Amino acid sequence: MAATTIRIQSEDFDLSAEIGRLTCGRKDIGGVVSFVGYCRDEGGSLAALELEHYPGMAEEEIARICDEAGKRWPVLGLTVVHRFGKIRPGEQIVLVIAASSHRRAAFEAAEFVMDFLKSRAPFWKKEHGISGRSGDWVSARDEDEQALVRWN
Amino acid sequence: MKVVYFAWLRERIGKPDEEIAFPETVRTVADALRHLTALGEEYAYAFERPEIIRAALDRKHVKPESPLGTAREIAFFPPMTGG
Repeated sequence: MAATTIRIQSEDFDLSAEIGRLTCGRKDIGGVVSFVGYCRDEGGSLAALELEHYPGMAEEEIARICDEAGKRWPVLGLTVVHRFGKIRPGEQIVLVIAASSHRRAAFEAAEFVMDFLKSRAPFWKKEHGISGRSGDWVSARDEDEQALVRWN
Repeated sequence: MKVVYFAWLRERIGKPDEEIAFPETVRTVADALRHLTALGEEYAYAFERPEIIRAALDRKHVKPESPLGTAREIAFFPPMTGG
């Protein structure tokens, strides 16, 4: 059974501390895969992203995604941290860590969680441009929705 | 029933949530969306493209044809852009 940690927070996170927390005291883990999503500056035009979320549902939906990953792969641990609020270019937005006895399950589980998180976890991004003008809401990408099809 | 809105739906409607007493004829998520659309021009603007609006009942994703049942909270929001 996978040990799952899910946190939605405005503060930044520390990748190595999170890996340490997941692997601490365990001798059954053979591989850890992590993904960190960052805020891009979009060619210099973006001052910040503002992330809105649905409190409660965000945690619950990510937990459902992690449960599904645990059914598909023999994962020993999953950690998901997703930030909300104002995030500037270069800052970290999201973290997914998957641990397993063998690498393939860890790679695939991490990718599965990330793919579903993008289109199913209730978060919305608004762009703030360097002009100071409050910008537009980011549109969902068709590729993100299509990325889910291959997991069927 | 508590109705909550997110992202540009919240901005267009001008409030994050409200209590709405849906009439008995409103049985599904799609019925609720249609009922809200008729409440005023800000609602009509928010729901002008109903086919792209997503919904959740008691914090779980649902489809337009899903019955409201005994749910206490319904949420409407645009396609998600997390990660």
